[in-house]
Amino acid sequence: MTVGIIMLVHTDFERAEQVARHWTKSGCPVVIHVDRKSPTAEYDRFSMALNADPLVRFSKRHRCEWGKWSIVQATISACEVMLAEFPQADHVFLASGSCIPLRPVEELVQYLHDRPDTDFIESATTADVPWIVGGLSDERFTMFFPFSWKRQRYLFDKSVELQRKIGIRRRIPQGLVPHMGSQWWCLTRRTLDEILSDPNRRRHVAYFREVWIPDESYFQSLARIHSRKVESRSLTLSKFDFQGKPHVFYDDHLQLLRRSDCFVARKIWPRATRLYQTFLGSGGVAAGRSEPNPGKIDRIFARAVDRRLRGRAGLQMQSRFPRQGFEHGITAKPYSMFQGFTEIFEDFEDWLTRTTGARVHGHLFAPDRAHFADGQTVINGALSDSATLRDYDACQFLTSLIWNTRGERQCFQYGPADTQDINFMMVRDPNAQISIISGAWAVPLFRSGSSFAQLRQTAARLQKIEAQQLEIMRASWANARVRIWSMAEFIESPMEPLQTITDEFGQSGQRHLSEAPRLRDLSGFGQFLQHLKNEGMHPYLMGDFPVEQSDHMQVPPVRKPYLVR
Amino acid sequence: MKPVVDRTSAIEPGAILLFACVRNEAVRLPYFLSHYRKLGVDHFLIVDNGSDDGTVEQLRAAPDVSLWQTTASYKKARFGIDWLTWLMLRHGHDHWCLTVDADELLIYPHHDTRPLPALTDWLDRSGVPSFGAMMLDLYPKGRLGDAHYEPGQNPVEVMPWFDRGNYTIRLQPRHGNLWIQGGVRARVFFDTSPRRAPTLNKIPLVRWNRRYCYVTSTHYVLPYALNTVYATDGGEATSGILLHTKFLDTIVEKSKEEKSRREHFENSDLYETYYDRLIANPTLWCAQSSRFVSWRQLEGMGLMSRGGWT
Repeated sequence: MTVGIIMLVHTDFERAEQVARHWTKSGCPVVIHVDRKSPTAEYDRFSMALNADPLVRFSKRHRCEWGKWSIVQATISACEVMLAEFPQADHVFLASGSCIPLRPVEELVQYLHDRPDTDFIESATTADVPWIVGGLSDERFTMFFPFSWKRQRYLFDKSVELQRKIGIRRRIPQGLVPHMGSQWWCLTRRTLDEILSDPNRRRHVAYFREVWIPDESYFQSLARIHSRKVESRSLTLSKFDFQGKPHVFYDDHLQLLRRSDCFVARKIWPRATRLYQTFLGSGGVAAGRSEPNPGKIDRIFARAVDRRLRGRAGLQMQSRFPRQGFEHGITAKPYSMFQGFTEIFEDFEDWLTRTTGARVHGHLFAPDRAHFADGQTVINGALSDSATLRDYDACQFLTSLIWNTRGERQCFQYGPADTQDINFMMVRDPNAQISIISGAWAVPLFRSGSSFAQLRQTAARLQKIEAQQLEIMRASWANARVRIWSMAEFIESPMEPLQTITDEFGQSGQRHLSEAPRLRDLSGFGQFLQHLKNEGMHPYLMGDFPVEQSDHMQVPPVRKPYLVR
Repeated sequence: MKPVVDRTSAIEPGAILLFACVRNEAVRLPYFLSHYRKLGVDHFLIVDNGSDDGTVEQLRAAPDVSLWQTTASYKKARFGIDWLTWLMLRHGHDHWCLTVDADELLIYPHHDTRPLPALTDWLDRSGVPSFGAMMLDLYPKGRLGDAHYEPGQNPVEVMPWFDRGNYTIRLQPRHGNLWIQGGVRARVFFDTSPRRAPTLNKIPLVRWNRRYCYVTSTHYVLPYALNTVYATDGGEATSGILLHTKFLDTIVEKSKEEKSRREHFENSDLYETYYDRLIANPTLWCAQSSRFVSWRQLEGMGLMSRGGWT
């Protein structure tokens, strides 16, 4: 009345010996298979050390290769020894040299004793499993695999390609439905006996010899034929990384493993002294009759796979440098760019800060320096306001700023006088909210009172830059939320766009704007534009402003609260 | 280059080796050696370039150090790399080799609970032959020369501050490596010429083969494939940090010496003003500096990553 342990060992014999003794101390017979590739001297030392133990046997050695039949052959040989020599083994548990029992062995024995007819073997049809490595699911059952995946990858891939092309399909033996699952199972003596004495065994073996990774499918498929009760899960906790290789547990996983209530875990790092001491020394962590509960471990390791494969959005660093299109998020968080707003409103930045609570910067990309909020010269992450440093890589300046200030929405002013390098990046970025009042750059010129000869050149330059920028912003492939108004259009009814923009900040509870920013006094602006025209320049981005002051141009800035219903 | 003490016959297969080139590092060495011993370095192979401050005596006395000595030009030996390449060719083949300067302390994910062999085993299993670690310049809060440091002390205690989010990265197609600049030195000393700011990317840990070689310091390795220590598919590869303790209080005196020796960097003239400013005993700290706590903090800030190694 106990469980027999099959141990597949190929390295770290001292640890394997320690684990084997732990099993036999609790009365569990152990049959060990040692890979024939392991050095003879080490094998001799290992087998000598365990020979005196009446509950240990060594099975015929096979040369094992990952993904090949030899591993199943090794398992079968060991199972035959187990069934023949240890009649007391009611269940047979397949483990490796780097597995350790986490709970007292008696609890496992009791658990299996309570479920005398249950076979614990993860076993699912190929259509239903997500864990395929190398892209082969059905095909591993219908092709030939003469080459080693580990040593002859090129030939392996070519042979798969060729077989696909000429349409080779092996026939699956009648009555057999291919199932897959974890290599680490625990079967009842009866099921195992029936699998090994199956009248069709030769036929099955001949078939599985050519299947790829048969250690994940031979017993899994045959158990479906012979088992009375399949419980499709493994009693061995084993996590896989993104390459499909098993994760290794270290000393710092101690608490996680303790609380998992799993019976056995693999793989344990051979030098994880504390794990070996804790789980073998004191006989494991008692958990009574509770079920294994690997939920937390599952979540943590799933997160690791996710970090390896998807990474953190908006992060560029020494080990994450996505090529274009693979960023999974160009920037970390949503942000807003405003163009032309400080030009036509007197107090736009203060107003926006008051209304939204966001961090509102001035012209971050101005030629003299980065105008950070509150006049700071260095901002989060020690990002400097130096224009030279910023322009060394303006895009990374912006992604760094957004990354450094995660958790606080950033807004900044922009315009045609600023460094233009970030336009392409912003327009590709779904996090960017871009609002442009075109032609508003003319307002500061209008208010400067400088000579027209000078202004004319500046105006022409700014208009050209903005026209080019607008072309980018109107790209059909834009992912950003882009809004563009001509200045004339915008001042017709400024509150509606402001409401829409601030609504998108997504603060809790949508609010109506109760206060408007003050429009600058624009009387004479139409005349100013006409002057520019008379100088031979053609301002058009601001839309049409009549030369004679029309009514709405005279409307002084809205001073009383402006309510949008 | 002449051997002073050669204990390399004690190197066992699978040992992790550390290679370094030093000059007058008696102050840093006690902590340096203990830091790397604790991580699990098995043997140190060190070239001394004309020290006269007790460095040689200290290293000679250490049981796990093999020491060579030369008084030839550091610059002509491509900043010591030629000397180290020769040693690595002789002794590094098929070992995990760590190549660092005396002012660089490597940390990596889980370094406080998992020794270096855990990392290298895992890199081996994943088929990854090289490991990247960016230099992170540390500095004290006040003037550089005023933070007093005792030999043997953890330098991070006197200079725990760093810049966390002002780095620029570009891909260098020629060697396939990333070129990282920025941090405090760019912010303070190179704000008018960021292109000249020091290179911060390094690949200090490599499963060495006698056919490999470092190109400039440990910034780039040949063959190129070893430089791909980053993921381009949006994921994060595992990476570490070299805590750079250049700005110890000794930096002010050392800068005077270095300025006259003109043995550093490709173009010594460019660095004249840099040294002048260091000699003036500046403050690098700013209100947005971050204080070092742990590798988890650096990972949270996005300066390093555990990648899939959890």
